Amino acid sequence: MSTRIPLPYSPKVLEIFRNPRNLGPMEDATIVESAGSPACGDMIKLYLKVGEGDVVERATFESYGCAANIAAASILTEIVRGKSLREAWQISWKQLSDELGGLPPIKYHCSILAVGALKRAIRAYYRAKGERPEWLPEAMTPEERQVLEEEEMIERYYRALGRLGGAQGEGGSA
Amino acid sequence: MSVAAKLRELLREHGQPPREVYFDLENSGWVPPEVVEAMLPYFNARGYGHPSITHKPGWEALEVLYEAKELVARTLGASNPEEIAFTHSGTEANNLAVLGYLLANRERRGKVVVSAVEHLSVIFPAEFAAKLFGFKVVRVPVDSEGFVDPEVLKSYVDRETVLVSVQAVNHEIGTVQPLKELVDTVKAANPDAVFHTDAADAYGWVNLDVEKLGVDMLTVSGHKVHGPRGVGALYVREGVKLEPPLRGQLSAEKLWPGVENVPLIAGFKRAVELQFENMERNVSYVKGLRDKLIDGVLARVPHVLVNGPLGERRAPNNANLSFLYVEGEALTVELSMRGIYVSSGSACSSRILEPSHVLLAIGRRHEEAHGSILFKLSRYHKPEDIDYALEEVPKAVARLRAISSLAPTQVASS
Repeated sequence: MSTRIPLPYSPKVLEIFRNPRNLGPMEDATIVESAGSPACGDMIKLYLKVGEGDVVERATFESYGCAANIAAASILTEIVRGKSLREAWQISWKQLSDELGGLPPIKYHCSILAVGALKRAIRAYYRAKGERPEWLPEAMTPEERQVLEEEEMIERYYRALGRLGGAQGEGGSA
Repeated sequence: MSVAAKLRELLREHGQPPREVYFDLENSGWVPPEVVEAMLPYFNARGYGHPSITHKPGWEALEVLYEAKELVARTLGASNPEEIAFTHSGTEANNLAVLGYLLANRERRGKVVVSAVEHLSVIFPAEFAAKLFGFKVVRVPVDSEGFVDPEVLKSYVDRETVLVSVQAVNHEIGTVQPLKELVDTVKAANPDAVFHTDAADAYGWVNLDVEKLGVDMLTVSGHKVHGPRGVGALYVREGVKLEPPLRGQLSAEKLWPGVENVPLIAGFKRAVELQFENMERNVSYVKGLRDKLIDGVLARVPHVLVNGPLGERRAPNNANLSFLYVEGEALTVELSMRGIYVSSGSACSSRILEPSHVLLAIGRRHEEAHGSILFKLSRYHKPEDIDYALEEVPKAVARLRAISSLAPTQVASS
Protein backbone atom coordinates (compact mmCIF):
# COMPACT_ATOMS: atom_id res chain seq x y z
CA MET A 1 0.00 0.00 0.00
CA SER A 2 1.21 3.44 -0.66
CA THR A 3 0.24 5.19 2.55
CA ARG A 4 3.66 5.68 4.06
CA ILE A 5 4.25 8.72 6.26
CA PRO A 6 7.97 9.00 6.91
CA LEU A 7 7.55 11.78 9.47
CA PRO A 8 4.92 12.12 12.15
CA TYR A 9 2.18 14.70 12.32
CA SER A 10 2.42 17.26 15.05
CA PRO A 11 -0.11 16.93 17.88
CA LYS A 12 -1.61 20.20 16.60
CA VAL A 13 -2.59 18.60 13.28
CA LEU A 14 -4.28 15.75 15.11
CA GLU A 15 -6.07 18.14 17.47
CA ILE A 16 -7.45 20.28 14.62
CA PHE A 17 -8.30 17.21 12.56
CA ARG A 18 -10.38 16.04 15.51
CA ASN A 19 -12.01 19.46 16.05
CA PRO A 20 -11.89 21.47 12.84
CA ARG A 21 -12.89 25.14 13.20
CA ASN A 22 -15.11 27.07 10.78
CA LEU A 23 -16.29 23.96 8.99
CA GLY A 24 -18.96 23.87 6.33
CA PRO A 25 -20.42 25.94 3.54
CA MET A 26 -21.33 29.62 4.14
CA GLU A 27 -24.73 30.76 2.95
CA ASP A 28 -23.82 34.42 2.52
CA ALA A 29 -20.27 34.02 1.27
CA THR A 30 -18.92 36.80 -0.91
CA ILE A 31 -16.49 34.46 -2.63
CA VAL A 32 -16.26 30.69 -2.95
CA GLU A 33 -13.12 29.17 -4.51
CA SER A 34 -11.53 25.77 -4.49
CA ALA A 35 -8.16 24.24 -5.25
CA GLY A 36 -7.11 20.66 -5.96
CA SER A 37 -9.27 17.85 -7.30
CA PRO A 38 -10.71 14.54 -6.12
CA ALA A 39 -8.34 12.71 -8.45
CA CYS A 40 -5.36 14.42 -6.83
CA GLY A 41 -6.64 13.17 -3.50
CA ASP A 42 -6.98 16.59 -1.96
CA MET A 43 -9.31 19.47 -2.48
CA ILE A 44 -10.08 22.57 -0.42
CA LYS A 45 -13.14 24.71 -0.85
CA LEU A 46 -12.87 28.11 0.79
CA TYR A 47 -15.79 30.44 1.62
CA LEU A 48 -15.00 34.07 2.42
CA LYS A 49 -17.32 36.79 3.69
CA VAL A 50 -15.63 40.05 2.71
CA GLY A 51 -16.91 43.28 4.22
CA GLU A 52 -16.04 46.98 4.54
CA GLY A 53 -12.54 47.89 3.43
CA ASP A 54 -12.07 44.49 1.83
CA VAL A 55 -11.67 42.88 5.25
CA VAL A 56 -12.41 39.16 5.71
CA GLU A 57 -15.22 39.02 8.26
CA ARG A 58 -15.57 35.27 8.26
CA ALA A 59 -14.04 32.26 6.51
CA THR A 60 -15.21 28.67 6.40
CA PHE A 61 -14.03 25.59 4.51
CA GLU A 62 -14.84 22.14 3.25
CA SER A 63 -12.08 19.68 2.59
CA TYR A 64 -11.59 16.38 0.88
CA GLY A 65 -8.14 15.16 1.78
CA CYS A 66 -5.79 13.83 4.40
CA ALA A 67 -5.60 14.94 8.02
CA ALA A 68 -2.99 17.61 7.20
CA ASN A 69 -5.17 18.96 4.42
CA ILE A 70 -8.14 19.36 6.76
CA ALA A 71 -5.96 20.94 9.45
CA ALA A 72 -4.33 23.35 6.97
CA ALA A 73 -7.70 24.53 5.68
CA SER A 74 -9.04 24.93 9.20
CA ILE A 75 -6.08 26.96 10.46
CA LEU A 76 -6.24 29.16 7.37
CA THR A 77 -9.83 30.14 8.14
CA GLU A 78 -8.70 31.26 11.60
CA ILE A 79 -5.65 33.19 10.42
CA VAL A 80 -7.43 35.00 7.62
CA ARG A 81 -10.30 36.26 9.75
CA GLY A 82 -10.14 40.01 10.40
CA LYS A 83 -7.38 40.53 7.84
CA SER A 84 -7.70 42.78 4.83
CA LEU A 85 -7.35 40.94 1.54
CA ARG A 86 -4.05 42.72 1.06
CA GLU A 87 -2.79 41.27 4.36
CA ALA A 88 -4.33 37.88 3.54
CA TRP A 89 -2.43 37.83 0.25
CA GLN A 90 0.81 37.77 2.27
CA ILE A 91 -0.03 34.55 4.14
CA SER A 92 2.53 31.97 3.10
CA TRP A 93 2.34 28.20 3.04
CA LYS A 94 5.30 28.17 5.42
CA GLN A 95 3.33 30.24 7.91
CA LEU A 96 0.46 27.72 7.80
CA SER A 97 2.88 24.85 8.20
CA ASP A 98 4.51 26.57 11.20
CA GLU A 99 1.13 27.25 12.79
CA LEU A 100 0.43 23.52 12.46
CA GLY A 101 3.55 22.68 14.43
CA GLY A 102 5.57 22.00 11.29
CA LEU A 103 4.15 19.72 8.62
CA PRO A 104 6.25 16.77 7.44
CA PRO A 105 7.89 17.79 4.12
CA ILE A 106 5.75 15.32 2.21
CA LYS A 107 2.70 17.24 3.45
CA TYR A 108 3.90 20.73 2.49
CA HIS A 109 1.60 20.60 -0.51
CA CYS A 110 -1.40 20.60 1.87
CA SER A 111 -0.58 24.11 3.06
CA ILE A 112 0.37 25.13 -0.48
CA LEU A 113 -3.09 23.98 -1.57
CA ALA A 114 -4.78 26.02 1.17
CA VAL A 115 -2.80 29.16 0.28
CA GLY A 116 -3.49 28.49 -3.41
CA ALA A 117 -7.24 28.41 -2.72
CA LEU A 118 -6.98 31.67 -0.77
CA LYS A 119 -5.05 33.43 -3.52
CA ARG A 120 -7.58 32.27 -6.09
CA ALA A 121 -10.39 33.59 -3.90
CA ILE A 122 -8.69 37.00 -3.57
CA ARG A 123 -8.21 37.23 -7.33
CA ALA A 124 -11.81 36.16 -7.92
CA TYR A 125 -13.03 38.86 -5.53
CA TYR A 126 -11.26 41.65 -7.40
CA ARG A 127 -12.14 40.16 -10.75
CA ALA A 128 -15.81 40.32 -9.75
CA LYS A 129 -15.32 43.90 -8.61
CA GLY A 130 -13.62 44.70 -11.90
CA GLU A 131 -10.50 46.15 -10.32
CA ARG A 132 -6.93 45.10 -9.67
CA PRO A 133 -5.12 46.68 -6.69
CA GLU A 134 -1.49 47.56 -7.38
CA TRP A 135 -0.26 45.02 -4.77
CA LEU A 136 -1.94 42.14 -6.59
CA PRO A 137 0.58 40.73 -9.07
CA GLU A 138 -0.56 39.76 -12.51
CA ALA A 139 1.72 36.73 -12.63
CA MET A 140 0.81 33.60 -10.71
CA THR A 141 2.52 33.01 -7.38
CA PRO A 142 4.49 29.78 -6.84
CA GLU A 143 1.62 28.41 -4.73
CA GLU A 144 -0.94 29.05 -7.46
CA ARG A 145 1.37 27.56 -10.05
CA GLN A 146 1.91 24.40 -8.04
CA VAL A 147 -1.81 23.91 -7.45
CA LEU A 148 -2.48 24.30 -11.14
CA GLU A 149 0.33 21.89 -12.01
CA GLU A 150 -1.15 19.23 -9.74
CA GLU A 151 -4.60 19.67 -11.21
CA GLU A 152 -3.25 19.53 -14.75
CA MET A 153 -1.00 16.55 -14.07
CA ILE A 154 -3.97 14.39 -13.21
CA GLU A 155 -5.91 15.63 -16.25
CA ARG A 156 -2.98 14.69 -18.45
CA TYR A 157 -2.94 11.24 -16.84
CA TYR A 158 -6.55 10.61 -17.78
CA ARG A 159 -6.10 12.01 -21.26
CA ALA A 160 -3.15 9.65 -21.77
CA LEU A 161 -5.19 6.80 -20.34
CA GLY A 162 -8.02 7.57 -22.75
CA ARG A 163 -5.56 7.27 -25.61
CA LEU A 164 -4.34 3.90 -24.33
CA GLY A 165 -7.91 2.72 -23.99
CA GLY A 166 -8.16 1.93 -20.29
CA ALA A 167 -6.17 1.45 -17.13
CA GLN A 168 -4.84 -1.84 -18.35
CA GLY A 169 -2.49 -0.87 -21.13
CA GLU A 170 0.81 -2.73 -21.32
CA GLY A 171 3.56 -1.53 -19.05
CA GLY A 172 1.42 1.06 -17.25
CA SER A 173 3.72 2.90 -14.93
CA ALA A 174 3.31 2.79 -11.18
CA MET B 1 11.59 19.38 18.62
CA SER B 2 13.12 16.00 17.93
CA VAL B 3 11.11 13.49 15.93
CA ALA B 4 10.83 11.22 18.98
CA ALA B 5 9.62 14.09 21.15
CA LYS B 6 7.07 15.03 18.50
CA LEU B 7 5.82 11.46 18.42
CA ARG B 8 5.47 11.38 22.20
CA GLU B 9 3.24 14.45 22.02
CA LEU B 10 1.34 13.09 19.03
CA LEU B 11 0.56 9.90 20.93
CA ARG B 12 -0.51 11.89 23.99
CA GLU B 13 -2.89 13.92 21.80
CA HIS B 14 -4.14 10.71 20.17
CA GLY B 15 -5.01 9.17 23.50
CA GLN B 16 -5.88 5.61 24.38
CA PRO B 17 -9.05 4.41 22.63
CA PRO B 18 -11.43 2.45 24.89
CA ARG B 19 -11.15 -0.54 22.61
CA GLU B 20 -8.61 -1.54 19.97
CA VAL B 21 -8.81 -3.82 16.95
CA TYR B 22 -5.82 -4.21 14.66
CA PHE B 23 -6.64 -4.98 11.02
CA ASP B 24 -3.40 -3.85 9.35
CA LEU B 25 -1.89 -7.31 9.08
CA GLU B 26 -0.83 -6.41 5.56
CA ASN B 27 1.89 -4.11 6.81
CA SER B 28 2.82 -5.73 10.06
CA GLY B 29 1.16 -7.10 13.14
CA TRP B 30 1.32 -8.40 16.64
CA VAL B 31 3.14 -11.58 17.47
CA PRO B 32 1.09 -14.04 19.55
CA PRO B 33 2.54 -15.02 22.95
CA GLU B 34 3.13 -18.65 21.95
CA VAL B 35 5.32 -17.44 19.08
CA VAL B 36 7.24 -15.07 21.35
CA GLU B 37 7.73 -17.92 23.78
CA ALA B 38 9.24 -20.09 21.05
CA MET B 39 11.78 -17.36 20.28
CA LEU B 40 12.92 -16.53 23.79
CA PRO B 41 15.28 -19.47 24.46
CA TYR B 42 17.19 -18.67 21.26
CA PHE B 43 18.17 -15.23 22.50
CA ASN B 44 20.20 -16.46 25.45
CA ALA B 45 19.52 -20.06 26.54
CA ARG B 46 20.32 -22.11 23.44
CA GLY B 47 21.18 -21.71 19.79
CA TYR B 48 22.45 -18.18 20.28
CA GLY B 49 25.60 -19.05 18.35
CA HIS B 50 26.31 -18.69 14.66
CA PRO B 51 24.76 -21.66 12.84
CA SER B 52 27.84 -22.48 10.82
CA ILE B 53 30.41 -22.50 13.60
CA THR B 54 31.46 -25.76 15.15
CA HIS B 55 30.33 -25.46 18.73
CA LYS B 56 27.23 -26.47 20.66
CA PRO B 57 25.37 -23.10 20.52
CA GLY B 58 26.13 -23.04 16.77
CA TRP B 59 24.83 -26.56 16.21
CA GLU B 60 21.72 -25.75 18.23
CA ALA B 61 21.17 -22.76 15.94
CA LEU B 62 21.70 -24.92 12.87
CA GLU B 63 19.29 -27.48 14.27
CA VAL B 64 16.41 -24.99 14.54
CA LEU B 65 17.29 -23.48 11.17
CA TYR B 66 16.95 -26.91 9.57
CA GLU B 67 13.82 -27.77 11.54
CA ALA B 68 12.32 -24.61 10.04
CA LYS B 69 13.53 -25.48 6.53
CA GLU B 70 12.10 -28.97 6.84
CA LEU B 71 8.78 -27.60 8.07
CA VAL B 72 8.49 -25.01 5.30
CA ALA B 73 9.48 -27.63 2.68
CA ARG B 74 6.83 -30.00 4.06
CA THR B 75 4.07 -27.35 4.01
CA LEU B 76 4.93 -26.57 0.38
CA GLY B 77 5.18 -30.18 -0.78
CA ALA B 78 8.90 -29.78 -1.49
CA SER B 79 10.96 -32.89 -0.92
CA ASN B 80 14.29 -31.29 -0.06
CA PRO B 81 14.78 -28.78 2.78
CA GLU B 82 17.87 -27.50 0.93
CA GLU B 83 15.40 -25.94 -1.48
CA ILE B 84 14.34 -23.47 1.23
CA ALA B 85 16.49 -20.34 1.66
CA PHE B 86 15.93 -17.94 4.54
CA THR B 87 16.21 -14.20 4.14
CA HIS B 88 15.42 -11.39 6.55
CA SER B 89 12.04 -10.47 5.00
CA GLY B 90 9.56 -11.28 2.26
CA THR B 91 10.88 -8.28 0.35
CA GLU B 92 14.36 -9.81 0.48
CA ALA B 93 13.03 -13.20 -0.63
CA ASN B 94 11.39 -11.57 -3.67
CA ASN B 95 14.60 -9.67 -4.38
CA LEU B 96 16.59 -12.89 -4.10
CA ALA B 97 14.26 -14.63 -6.55
CA VAL B 98 14.14 -11.88 -9.17
CA LEU B 99 17.57 -10.26 -8.87
CA GLY B 100 19.27 -13.54 -7.98
CA TYR B 101 17.92 -15.31 -11.04
CA LEU B 102 18.48 -12.42 -13.43
CA LEU B 103 21.98 -11.89 -12.08
CA ALA B 104 22.81 -15.56 -12.72
CA ASN B 105 21.32 -15.25 -16.22
CA ARG B 106 22.46 -11.74 -17.10
CA GLU B 107 24.16 -12.91 -20.30
CA ARG B 108 20.81 -14.10 -21.66
CA ARG B 109 19.16 -10.68 -21.29
CA GLY B 110 15.67 -11.40 -22.74
CA LYS B 111 12.31 -10.66 -21.21
CA VAL B 112 10.96 -10.58 -17.67
CA VAL B 113 7.19 -10.92 -17.39
CA VAL B 114 5.42 -9.75 -14.24
CA SER B 115 1.78 -9.10 -13.53
CA ALA B 116 0.70 -5.48 -13.15
CA VAL B 117 -0.43 -6.15 -9.56
CA GLU B 118 2.76 -7.67 -8.15
CA HIS B 119 4.21 -6.50 -4.88
CA LEU B 120 6.73 -3.70 -5.44
CA SER B 121 9.47 -6.01 -4.13
CA VAL B 122 8.99 -7.98 -7.37
CA ILE B 123 8.41 -5.09 -9.77
CA PHE B 124 11.28 -2.90 -8.57
CA PRO B 125 14.02 -5.59 -8.65
CA ALA B 126 12.82 -6.57 -12.13
CA GLU B 127 13.13 -2.98 -13.30
CA PHE B 128 16.46 -2.64 -11.52
CA ALA B 129 17.81 -5.71 -13.33
CA ALA B 130 16.46 -4.30 -16.57
CA LYS B 131 18.41 -1.12 -16.00
CA LEU B 132 21.60 -2.94 -14.95
CA PHE B 133 21.70 -5.77 -17.46
CA GLY B 134 19.38 -4.81 -20.29
CA PHE B 135 16.46 -7.13 -19.62
CA LYS B 136 13.07 -6.01 -20.91
CA VAL B 137 10.32 -5.92 -18.29
CA VAL B 138 6.71 -6.26 -19.35
CA ARG B 139 3.70 -5.95 -17.07
CA VAL B 140 0.79 -8.23 -17.82
CA PRO B 141 -2.55 -6.44 -17.40
CA VAL B 142 -5.19 -7.88 -15.10
CA ASP B 143 -8.97 -7.80 -15.26
CA SER B 144 -11.22 -5.66 -13.07
CA GLU B 145 -10.92 -8.16 -10.20
CA GLY B 146 -7.17 -8.50 -10.46
CA PHE B 147 -7.00 -11.81 -12.30
CA VAL B 148 -4.32 -12.62 -14.83
CA ASP B 149 -6.02 -14.37 -17.73
CA PRO B 150 -3.88 -17.36 -18.86
CA GLU B 151 -4.65 -16.50 -22.48
CA VAL B 152 -3.41 -12.96 -21.96
CA LEU B 153 -0.30 -14.20 -20.15
CA LYS B 154 0.39 -16.54 -23.05
CA SER B 155 0.56 -13.60 -25.43
CA TYR B 156 3.37 -12.09 -23.34
CA VAL B 157 5.56 -15.21 -23.08
CA ASP B 158 7.89 -16.07 -25.93
CA ARG B 159 11.29 -17.68 -26.59
CA GLU B 160 13.00 -14.61 -25.16
CA THR B 161 11.23 -14.90 -21.80
CA VAL B 162 13.66 -15.67 -19.00
CA LEU B 163 11.53 -15.19 -15.89
CA VAL B 164 7.82 -14.92 -15.12
CA SER B 165 6.54 -13.73 -11.75
CA VAL B 166 2.88 -13.85 -10.83
CA GLN B 167 1.78 -13.85 -7.22
CA ALA B 168 -0.44 -16.58 -5.79
CA VAL B 169 -2.71 -14.17 -3.90
CA ASN B 170 -2.75 -10.42 -4.27
CA HIS B 171 -1.64 -8.63 -1.13
CA GLU B 172 -4.06 -5.71 -1.47
CA ILE B 173 -7.25 -7.04 -3.03
CA GLY B 174 -7.02 -10.75 -2.23
CA THR B 175 -7.31 -12.09 -5.77
CA VAL B 176 -6.49 -15.83 -5.76
CA GLN B 177 -4.78 -16.37 -9.10
CA PRO B 178 -5.36 -19.56 -11.13
CA LEU B 179 -1.72 -20.37 -10.48
CA LYS B 180 -1.60 -23.91 -11.88
CA GLU B 181 -3.11 -22.76 -15.19
CA LEU B 182 -0.73 -19.81 -15.35
CA VAL B 183 2.32 -22.01 -14.75
CA ASP B 184 1.14 -24.55 -17.35
CA THR B 185 0.56 -21.78 -19.86
CA VAL B 186 4.05 -20.37 -19.36
CA LYS B 187 5.75 -23.77 -19.49
CA ALA B 188 3.84 -24.70 -22.66
CA ALA B 189 4.90 -21.44 -24.32
CA ASN B 190 8.51 -21.66 -23.16
CA PRO B 191 9.73 -24.59 -21.03
CA ASP B 192 12.95 -22.69 -20.23
CA ALA B 193 11.17 -19.76 -18.62
CA VAL B 194 11.44 -19.92 -14.84
CA PHE B 195 8.24 -19.26 -12.89
CA HIS B 196 8.38 -17.43 -9.57
CA THR B 197 5.36 -16.82 -7.39
CA ASP B 198 5.15 -14.44 -4.46
CA ALA B 199 3.01 -16.54 -2.12
CA ALA B 200 3.39 -14.32 0.95
CA ASP B 201 -0.36 -13.79 1.10
CA ALA B 202 -1.27 -17.34 0.09
CA TYR B 203 0.90 -19.29 2.51
CA GLY B 204 -1.24 -20.90 5.18
CA TRP B 205 -4.44 -19.62 3.52
CA VAL B 206 -4.66 -21.54 0.26
CA ASN B 207 -3.15 -24.92 -0.59
CA LEU B 208 0.25 -24.63 -2.18
CA ASP B 209 2.16 -27.60 -3.52
CA VAL B 210 5.22 -26.73 -5.55
CA GLU B 211 5.21 -30.11 -7.29
CA LYS B 212 1.56 -29.96 -8.33
CA LEU B 213 1.80 -26.29 -9.27
CA GLY B 214 5.11 -26.67 -11.07
CA VAL B 215 6.50 -23.35 -9.81
CA ASP B 216 10.29 -22.93 -9.72
CA MET B 217 10.50 -20.35 -6.94
CA LEU B 218 8.05 -19.34 -4.23
CA THR B 219 8.21 -16.58 -1.60
CA VAL B 220 6.82 -16.71 1.93
CA SER B 221 6.95 -14.04 4.61
CA GLY B 222 7.10 -14.40 8.40
CA HIS B 223 4.85 -11.59 9.56
CA LYS B 224 2.07 -12.61 7.17
CA VAL B 225 1.51 -15.74 9.27
CA HIS B 226 1.73 -13.96 12.65
CA GLY B 227 5.42 -14.69 12.84
CA PRO B 228 7.90 -11.97 13.73
CA ARG B 229 9.05 -9.36 11.25
CA GLY B 230 12.51 -10.05 9.92
CA VAL B 231 12.02 -13.49 8.38
CA GLY B 232 11.29 -14.43 4.80
CA ALA B 233 11.91 -17.63 2.89
CA LEU B 234 12.30 -18.56 -0.72
CA TYR B 235 11.69 -21.99 -2.18
CA VAL B 236 14.13 -22.56 -5.04
CA ARG B 237 13.65 -25.71 -7.09
CA GLU B 238 16.75 -27.88 -7.28
CA GLY B 239 18.61 -27.06 -10.48
CA VAL B 240 17.46 -23.41 -10.65
CA LYS B 241 20.66 -21.41 -10.31
CA LEU B 242 20.69 -18.10 -8.45
CA GLU B 243 23.52 -15.72 -7.77
CA PRO B 244 23.33 -14.00 -4.38
CA PRO B 245 22.50 -10.33 -4.97
CA LEU B 246 23.99 -9.33 -1.60
CA ARG B 247 27.70 -9.80 -1.00
CA GLY B 248 29.23 -10.97 2.25
CA GLN B 249 30.11 -14.12 4.12
CA LEU B 250 27.79 -16.93 3.03
CA SER B 251 27.36 -19.63 5.63
CA ALA B 252 24.53 -22.00 6.45
CA GLU B 253 22.35 -19.96 4.12
CA LYS B 254 24.01 -20.29 0.76
CA LEU B 255 22.08 -17.60 -1.05
CA TRP B 256 21.86 -14.77 1.47
CA PRO B 257 24.81 -13.45 3.48
CA GLY B 258 24.64 -12.17 7.04
CA VAL B 259 24.11 -14.07 10.27
CA GLU B 260 20.80 -15.94 10.17
CA ASN B 261 18.03 -14.51 12.36
CA VAL B 262 17.89 -17.70 14.37
CA PRO B 263 15.59 -16.55 17.21
CA LEU B 264 13.19 -15.04 14.68
CA ILE B 265 13.35 -18.18 12.57
CA ALA B 266 12.46 -20.20 15.68
CA GLY B 267 9.44 -17.94 16.12
CA PHE B 268 8.56 -18.18 12.44
CA LYS B 269 8.66 -21.97 12.72
CA ARG B 270 6.16 -21.89 15.60
CA ALA B 271 3.96 -19.41 13.70
CA VAL B 272 3.90 -21.72 10.67
CA GLU B 273 2.96 -24.69 12.86
CA LEU B 274 0.08 -22.69 14.31
CA GLN B 275 -1.02 -21.36 10.92
CA PHE B 276 -1.21 -24.84 9.46
CA GLU B 277 -2.83 -26.40 12.54
CA ASN B 278 -6.57 -26.68 11.79
CA MET B 279 -5.98 -24.66 8.63
CA GLU B 280 -9.30 -25.67 7.08
CA ARG B 281 -11.27 -24.66 10.15
CA ASN B 282 -9.38 -21.37 10.46
CA VAL B 283 -9.88 -20.55 6.81
CA SER B 284 -13.63 -21.03 7.00
CA TYR B 285 -13.80 -19.10 10.30
CA VAL B 286 -11.88 -16.12 8.90
CA LYS B 287 -13.89 -16.22 5.68
CA GLY B 288 -16.99 -15.85 7.85
CA LEU B 289 -15.51 -12.78 9.55
CA ARG B 290 -14.52 -11.32 6.19
CA ASP B 291 -18.01 -11.65 4.75
CA LYS B 292 -19.58 -10.32 7.94
CA LEU B 293 -17.33 -7.27 7.65
CA ILE B 294 -17.86 -6.66 3.93
CA ASP B 295 -21.63 -7.29 4.01
CA GLY B 296 -21.98 -5.28 7.20
CA VAL B 297 -20.19 -2.23 5.80
CA LEU B 298 -22.12 -2.39 2.53
CA ALA B 299 -25.39 -2.54 4.47
CA ARG B 300 -24.48 0.40 6.72
CA VAL B 301 -22.50 2.78 4.53
CA PRO B 302 -23.64 4.10 1.14
CA HIS B 303 -21.23 4.66 -1.75
CA VAL B 304 -18.76 1.87 -1.01
CA LEU B 305 -16.96 -0.22 -3.62
CA VAL B 306 -15.47 -3.65 -2.98
CA ASN B 307 -12.01 -3.93 -4.53
CA GLY B 308 -11.20 -7.40 -5.81
CA PRO B 309 -13.34 -10.51 -6.27
CA LEU B 310 -15.89 -11.91 -3.82
CA GLY B 311 -16.47 -15.43 -2.53
CA GLU B 312 -14.13 -18.36 -3.09
CA ARG B 313 -11.89 -16.47 -5.49
CA ARG B 314 -10.96 -13.96 -2.78
CA ALA B 315 -8.40 -14.62 -0.03
CA PRO B 316 -10.22 -15.58 3.19
CA ASN B 317 -8.54 -12.80 5.18
CA ASN B 318 -8.86 -9.82 2.84
CA ALA B 319 -11.44 -7.03 2.80
CA ASN B 320 -10.58 -4.01 0.67
CA LEU B 321 -13.22 -1.30 0.39
CA SER B 322 -13.27 2.12 -1.26
CA PHE B 323 -15.25 4.72 0.64
CA LEU B 324 -16.15 7.32 -1.95
CA TYR B 325 -15.96 11.03 -1.07
CA VAL B 326 -13.38 10.49 1.67
CA GLU B 327 -9.62 10.34 1.49
CA GLY B 328 -8.15 7.12 2.81
CA GLU B 329 -5.31 8.53 4.87
CA ALA B 330 -7.68 10.80 6.76
CA LEU B 331 -9.86 7.75 7.36
CA THR B 332 -6.94 5.74 8.77
CA VAL B 333 -6.28 8.60 11.24
CA GLU B 334 -9.97 8.95 12.14
CA LEU B 335 -10.31 5.19 12.66
CA SER B 336 -7.10 5.10 14.67
CA MET B 337 -8.58 7.54 17.18
CA ARG B 338 -11.49 5.10 17.44
CA GLY B 339 -9.08 2.22 18.05
CA ILE B 340 -9.38 0.61 14.62
CA TYR B 341 -6.08 0.22 12.82
CA VAL B 342 -6.11 -0.13 9.04
CA SER B 343 -4.16 1.09 6.01
CA SER B 344 -5.06 2.80 2.77
CA GLY B 345 -4.03 2.71 -0.88
CA SER B 346 -4.33 6.47 -1.03
CA ALA B 347 -1.58 8.54 -2.61
CA CYS B 348 -1.69 11.15 0.08
CA SER B 349 1.84 10.58 1.24
CA SER B 350 3.34 10.48 -2.22
CA ARG B 351 4.12 13.71 -4.06
CA ILE B 352 3.75 12.00 -7.41
CA LEU B 353 -0.02 11.72 -6.94
CA GLU B 354 0.09 8.02 -7.49
CA PRO B 355 -2.17 5.82 -5.40
CA SER B 356 -1.88 2.03 -5.18
CA HIS B 357 -0.68 0.58 -8.48
CA VAL B 358 -2.86 -2.47 -7.79
CA LEU B 359 -6.06 -0.43 -7.63
CA LEU B 360 -5.14 1.51 -10.77
CA ALA B 361 -4.35 -1.76 -12.55
CA ILE B 362 -7.88 -3.06 -11.92
CA GLY B 363 -9.23 0.14 -13.43
CA ARG B 364 -10.12 2.08 -10.31
CA ARG B 365 -10.07 5.83 -10.81
CA HIS B 366 -7.72 7.88 -8.66
CA GLU B 367 -10.51 9.18 -6.42
CA GLU B 368 -11.73 5.60 -5.88
CA ALA B 369 -8.23 4.42 -4.99
CA HIS B 370 -7.72 7.39 -2.63
CA GLY B 371 -10.69 6.24 -0.54
CA SER B 372 -9.55 2.62 -0.22
CA ILE B 373 -9.13 0.90 3.10
CA LEU B 374 -7.57 -2.52 3.59
CA PHE B 375 -8.64 -4.77 6.44
CA LYS B 376 -6.70 -7.99 7.00
CA LEU B 377 -8.16 -10.56 9.30
CA SER B 378 -6.82 -13.55 11.15
CA ARG B 379 -7.96 -16.39 13.35
CA TYR B 380 -7.22 -14.19 16.35
CA HIS B 381 -10.06 -11.79 15.48
CA LYS B 382 -13.37 -12.35 17.19
CA PRO B 383 -16.86 -11.70 15.84
CA GLU B 384 -17.10 -8.88 18.43
CA ASP B 385 -14.12 -7.20 16.76
CA ILE B 386 -16.08 -7.09 13.53
CA ASP B 387 -19.13 -5.77 15.42
CA TYR B 388 -16.98 -2.98 16.82
CA ALA B 389 -15.66 -2.13 13.34
CA LEU B 390 -19.22 -2.10 12.02
CA GLU B 391 -20.18 0.40 14.73
CA GLU B 392 -17.21 2.72 14.23
CA VAL B 393 -16.55 2.64 10.48
CA PRO B 394 -19.92 4.20 9.53
CA LYS B 395 -19.41 6.97 12.13
CA ALA B 396 -15.87 7.67 10.93
CA VAL B 397 -16.92 7.79 7.27
CA ALA B 398 -19.91 10.01 8.06
CA ARG B 399 -17.73 12.48 9.95
CA LEU B 400 -15.26 12.83 7.09
CA ARG B 401 -18.00 13.01 4.49
CA ALA B 402 -19.47 15.89 6.45
CA ILE B 403 -16.13 17.71 6.12
CA SER B 404 -15.76 16.82 2.46
CA SER B 405 -16.90 19.27 -0.17
CA LEU B 406 -17.64 16.36 -2.50
CA ALA B 407 -20.17 14.30 -0.61
CA PRO B 408 -23.81 14.63 -1.60
CA THR B 409 -25.63 16.14 1.40
CA GLN B 410 -27.76 13.06 1.99
CA VAL B 411 -24.53 11.06 2.23
CA ALA B 412 -22.93 13.42 4.71
CA SER B 413 -25.89 13.29 7.05
CA SER B 414 -26.46 9.53 6.93
